[in-house]
Amino acid sequence: MKASKAIIRCLENENTDVVFGYPGAAVISIYESLRESDIKHILVRNEQSLVHYASGYARETNKVGVCISTSGPGATNTITGIATAYMDSIPVVIITGQVDTDLIGTDAFQEADIKGATEPFTKHNYLVKDAQDLPRVIKEAFYIANTGRKGPVLIDIPKNIQEDSIKFEYPKEIKIPGYNPTLSGHIGQIKRAISRIKASERPVIYAGGGILSSHAEKEILEFAEKTNIPVINSLMGVGGFPQDSELYAGIVGSHGYSYSSEIIGRTDLLITIGARMSNRATAGFSKLNPNIEFIHVDIDPAEIGKNVGYTLPIVGDAKKVLKDLIDKSSSMNYSSWNEEVKSIKKRHESNADYETQSGLINAKELIRHISDKLDDNACLVADVGQNQIWSALNYKIIKSRKFMTSGGLGTMAYSIPAATGVKIANPDRQVVCVIGDGGIQMCLGELAVLREQNANVKIVLLNNRKLGLVREIQQDLYGKDKSYGVDLNLQVDFRKIAQAYSIPGYEVSDMKEFKEAFDEVLERDEPCLIQCNIDPDVRTL
Amino acid sequence: MKRYVLSLLVENNSGVLSRIAGLFARRCFNIDSLTVGTTEDETLSRMTIVVIGDEQILEQIKKQLNKLVEVIKVIELSPYDSISRELVFIKVKASNETRSNIIEISNIFRANIVDVAHESLILELTGDAGKIEAFTNLMEPFGILEFIRSGATGLQRGERVLKEN
Repeated sequence: MKASKAIIRCLENENTDVVFGYPGAAVISIYESLRESDIKHILVRNEQSLVHYASGYARETNKVGVCISTSGPGATNTITGIATAYMDSIPVVIITGQVDTDLIGTDAFQEADIKGATEPFTKHNYLVKDAQDLPRVIKEAFYIANTGRKGPVLIDIPKNIQEDSIKFEYPKEIKIPGYNPTLSGHIGQIKRAISRIKASERPVIYAGGGILSSHAEKEILEFAEKTNIPVINSLMGVGGFPQDSELYAGIVGSHGYSYSSEIIGRTDLLITIGARMSNRATAGFSKLNPNIEFIHVDIDPAEIGKNVGYTLPIVGDAKKVLKDLIDKSSSMNYSSWNEEVKSIKKRHESNADYETQSGLINAKELIRHISDKLDDNACLVADVGQNQIWSALNYKIIKSRKFMTSGGLGTMAYSIPAATGVKIANPDRQVVCVIGDGGIQMCLGELAVLREQNANVKIVLLNNRKLGLVREIQQDLYGKDKSYGVDLNLQVDFRKIAQAYSIPGYEVSDMKEFKEAFDEVLERDEPCLIQCNIDPDVRTL
Repeated sequence: MKRYVLSLLVENNSGVLSRIAGLFARRCFNIDSLTVGTTEDETLSRMTIVVIGDEQILEQIKKQLNKLVEVIKVIELSPYDSISRELVFIKVKASNETRSNIIEISNIFRANIVDVAHESLILELTGDAGKIEAFTNLMEPFGILEFIRSGATGLQRGERVLKEN
């Protein structure tokens, strides 16, 4: 069998139904085999968005997202997307074409060492030099991407290797001697954890993205309810715990709720599950007493002790560890602590203020309105910057709602392709994308994909003609009039841009207009864009 | 800061060395020396890496190395239950007056003379870091023209093997 055909056969064996791609000379024969298959190909508009589509797809389906790009510039354009997926532990397989094996190292046309270049941002990567290795390599790549701590895996395949012919047999088993992720937590450690929980008076669970990637949403709720321990999320953990639960205690981090930091400051036992204690998250831990008990559960042993010391490590999959914790724990009562958490929370909740100087829209109020209007199964994909913080803090997770964003790398222009990936993966889910005018201008071409796929994503564009979060940081550091290089001076008519892509476009400048427009777009069964002119002086916190 | 010796069993694939070197560079771990070669099983290579750091850094280095798919095993070679050696070549100035003196010191250290020329000698010495330093210090006054050391390579003592550890 021709190797390129075998590649597609491998993808079929992995139940791939969609690939996101951008063709070029070095993947031409893979495309010919793809043409003959039932796998749906989605042509994106820039490889910079490629992995984000696959990321949205993966986060929605729990399957591996797959993308294909050509050699050289096509491959190097994927790097930011790969790094984004790597930081957030999203399972993606990236197939890149490479120049012929005898040209590698000669600076041939469209040659780039993508294996070397992506080494720091991939969980693993391959350069296939023998076509017969392809089935094994592809099987391993999918397995590595979607097990243990998930992440992107890149397979670089030279053009002549794709043309070779091989004896095709898809391997049934996987044997990687250096890769054996620990899934079950050590039972002795679990028991010790239970006794420390029993001994504590004010425990807090700090739950991260690991809850979502191990699909432990049910388990964490059950464990929290059984033990009555309040749950605080990291940014990546948003969506892993229902926010209408009595035990929900907010989001912590440099842009989290101050009440959550206050609760963290009062705890005597922190149980971190599937969160990597990154610097941005732990900025909200400034009040944490460093001498308290700290149980750290993570599937990646390297995250335990990397940034913050621990008193009890548990290496394992969040879902499995939580199941064991539920089994081994008895119901507990922290009623005075629960009351205290509630009162701290209440003190901060009462002061929502939507006044604006300019009469333009207050973005916080806008997101709150979106949250009130959306379905129980909505997915809000936020971009990066002020829009991300406003979304995380004002969109309420209930029922089967989801929230996605580029948390670790903070990649602008993540949201439109990722939201499209979500919608393509699951047309039944209501999908809203919240993005700024900075972010959208990095990925305008992707509007074409939305339209072509008729992906019913509602884009809420928060337009303040500023790089708002950078401006905020400048003003905080140097003074109110010291912002520099952050004005997007040109008044862009995004409504017309949307219309140029045959996407219904709206422009609104106050909440009344927004509410009307939003009601209208929710009725439409097609992608829409609302340019919302927001007050540039409303801050994130 | 302490000196630790790590012994790694890795898959003998092209690029594995760059992967490991890259890991050290981007996480700002200090490599003192690194040696690599194939083993009795040609699909596997063994590396000996000498690192400088503290306990916390050492733990992170071990964990991060273990995350690499091609790394099969990482252990620390403690000075008590392992042996490690380095090889050095020293090209030293040697005149008729100094030559016999150099040879005498070399004999005491069991260094081999592997090249003799009118004005120089090349000496080959195997030993641990302490022995090499002592020998180098003694050669210094004669005038060291060139110097190269292999970096440490080592094994655990006893019948235990890394593959099955």
